Amino acid sequence: MAQTLDWDVVIDAISGKNVGMGVDEKALITTLGNSHKDHRKLFRKASKSFFEEDEERAFEKCHDQFVKHLRLEFSRFNNAVVMWSMHPWERDARVVKKALKKGDECYSLIVEVACTRSSEDLLGARKAYHSLFDQSMEEDIASNIHGSRRKLLVGLVSAYRYEGNKVKDDSAKSDAKILAEAVASPGEKAIENDEVVRILSTRSKLHLQHVYKHYNQIKGSDLLGGVSESSILNDALLCLLKPSVYFSKILNASLNKDADKGTKKWLTRVFVTRADHSDEMKDIAEEYNQRYGETLAQNIQEKIRGNYRDFLLTLLSKSN
Amino acid sequence: MASLKVPANVPLPQEDAEQLHKAFAGWGTNEKLIISILAHRNSAQRSLIRSAYAATYNEDLLKALDKELSSDFERVVMLWTLDPAERDAFLAKESTKMFTKNNWVLVEIACTRSPLDLFKVKQAYQARYKKSLEEDVAQHTSGDLRKLLLPLVSTFRYEGDEVNMRLARSEAKLLHEKVSEKAFSDDDFIRILTTRSKAQLGATLNQYNNEYGNAINKNLKEDSDDEYLKLLRAVVTCLTYPEKHFEKVLRLAINRMGTDEWALTRVVSTRTEVDMERIKEEYQRRNSIPLHDAVAKDTSGDYEDMLVALLGHGDV
Repeated sequence: MAQTLDWDVVIDAISGKNVGMGVDEKALITTLGNSHKDHRKLFRKASKSFFEEDEERAFEKCHDQFVKHLRLEFSRFNNAVVMWSMHPWERDARVVKKALKKGDECYSLIVEVACTRSSEDLLGARKAYHSLFDQSMEEDIASNIHGSRRKLLVGLVSAYRYEGNKVKDDSAKSDAKILAEAVASPGEKAIENDEVVRILSTRSKLHLQHVYKHYNQIKGSDLLGGVSESSILNDALLCLLKPSVYFSKILNASLNKDADKGTKKWLTRVFVTRADHSDEMKDIAEEYNQRYGETLAQNIQEKIRGNYRDFLLTLLSKSN
Repeated sequence: MASLKVPANVPLPQEDAEQLHKAFAGWGTNEKLIISILAHRNSAQRSLIRSAYAATYNEDLLKALDKELSSDFERVVMLWTLDPAERDAFLAKESTKMFTKNNWVLVEIACTRSPLDLFKVKQAYQARYKKSLEEDVAQHTSGDLRKLLLPLVSTFRYEGDEVNMRLARSEAKLLHEKVSEKAFSDDDFIRILTTRSKAQLGATLNQYNNEYGNAINKNLKEDSDDEYLKLLRAVVTCLTYPEKHFEKVLRLAINRMGTDEWALTRVVSTRTEVDMERIKEEYQRRNSIPLHDAVAKDTSGDYEDMLVALLGHGDV
């Protein structure tokens, strides 16, 4: 039996200064598991954010926050395992359904599923949606989203893009001209433009690469730099043209210590949905390295703990 | 129900291929032999014949047919011989081209094929034309027509029978509002028609009829010449009572001054193996004359023989 309990270790295993994700299960077993009840009393006294001293009645009351926090952090591994075991089509269908329920801020997830999956995988997700929710993905989206975003989002999820290597460069050039004019308009105006929706939701990804090239030549500037960061238009363009950049950016956001609850969940989603595509995962890891100076593996090693960390690192190593 | 008549003992595909090759041999062509074989084989059998022909004679049967036959007879035999997905892809491509533009074809394909069959069409389209059906439809239409046709060909409708009556009532009300405002290309109006499952739409349109006293198509007759409204009415009919739509197309094709052979060929080649018997009943009911009689009166020669055979009335 341990003589004293280093409660810093325990607190660190649960939360701590390097605010990361996951829980250091092993440390908790060896420390908390092994502890005497007097040690635990000291632990409770030391964790002011989790326990409140009730001086009148002489005990340290547990905050709801402690329970909630542990539940959340312990569940990351659980959620990753459940998601990983699911068929990719079901995963994607559930991601879209959840995003639809959450509303506005989560529409980029719909864009992500619609634009970064292969044509067959998106079709599969739409089939799974029928099976899971007794309606089609597009009818659910169309009836729950209104305004200018509806057209683009319905268009993107309805796409069944050609995936061969034939491209008509003249078509790409004229599409680029149309985009050049449309994107210049401020705010969300561009996505209300039927031609923009047509180009983004029907053209093959290879064709769009050609459009991108011509656009940059016409405007003398990068299409991907020119659209405001937080818009579904920007997300769509990035997902269609440079998915590894998109994914490395959202991974970075989720690993940031100031990330909010929702953003942190992106880490699981990206890893679980991309790990089966080892080429893509490799590209994402390289892009991340180039952009942020550290490797993805390093960052995860530092900021994440326990089974959750080991699971993510295992998924990551599959791509090597 | 299909009108196609297939003999009880079907020859082996190899034998059929040999017979067809004989039909092409020498001066002239034995059209009767061609009809007696091809008009009495289903799509799986025709596919095997094509493979056998290609394996034996090193040539695609369709190329041989193209060389030997001509005009309307060639077109109906060629379309018939293709498998359903390839046929629809061919017709769809034709319909987006400038001189053969035909939005009815797109409506028929998008609304009367099952969701999975529609996807097979899209795959066949991509394989043959190296682009997607959606991008071609989008590029070759604009305005209200595109607003209607693009989602129509892109959608993947739920195929279940479940119906939400509350939703049916609220969407019938919405449709009626838009119709009253003459907002026939309103976003929600189109959304309902292009995304809801056929079962749900059926319930919604029944509600409409019950609640407002007439079928929605009556309210869409605002301007009988308006192309968009015509297509809208066709969409409704195709989604709910396809045989009525096809009866109408046939009736207009045959009764015209001269005959619209392309429409006639299209309906016969695409519906013979699907619901031609129902269409025949509808035609008889409406025109008091059997369809094959009307077709025989209005067409002639090998073209007539092929059509009548497909309708189930030629000699087997």
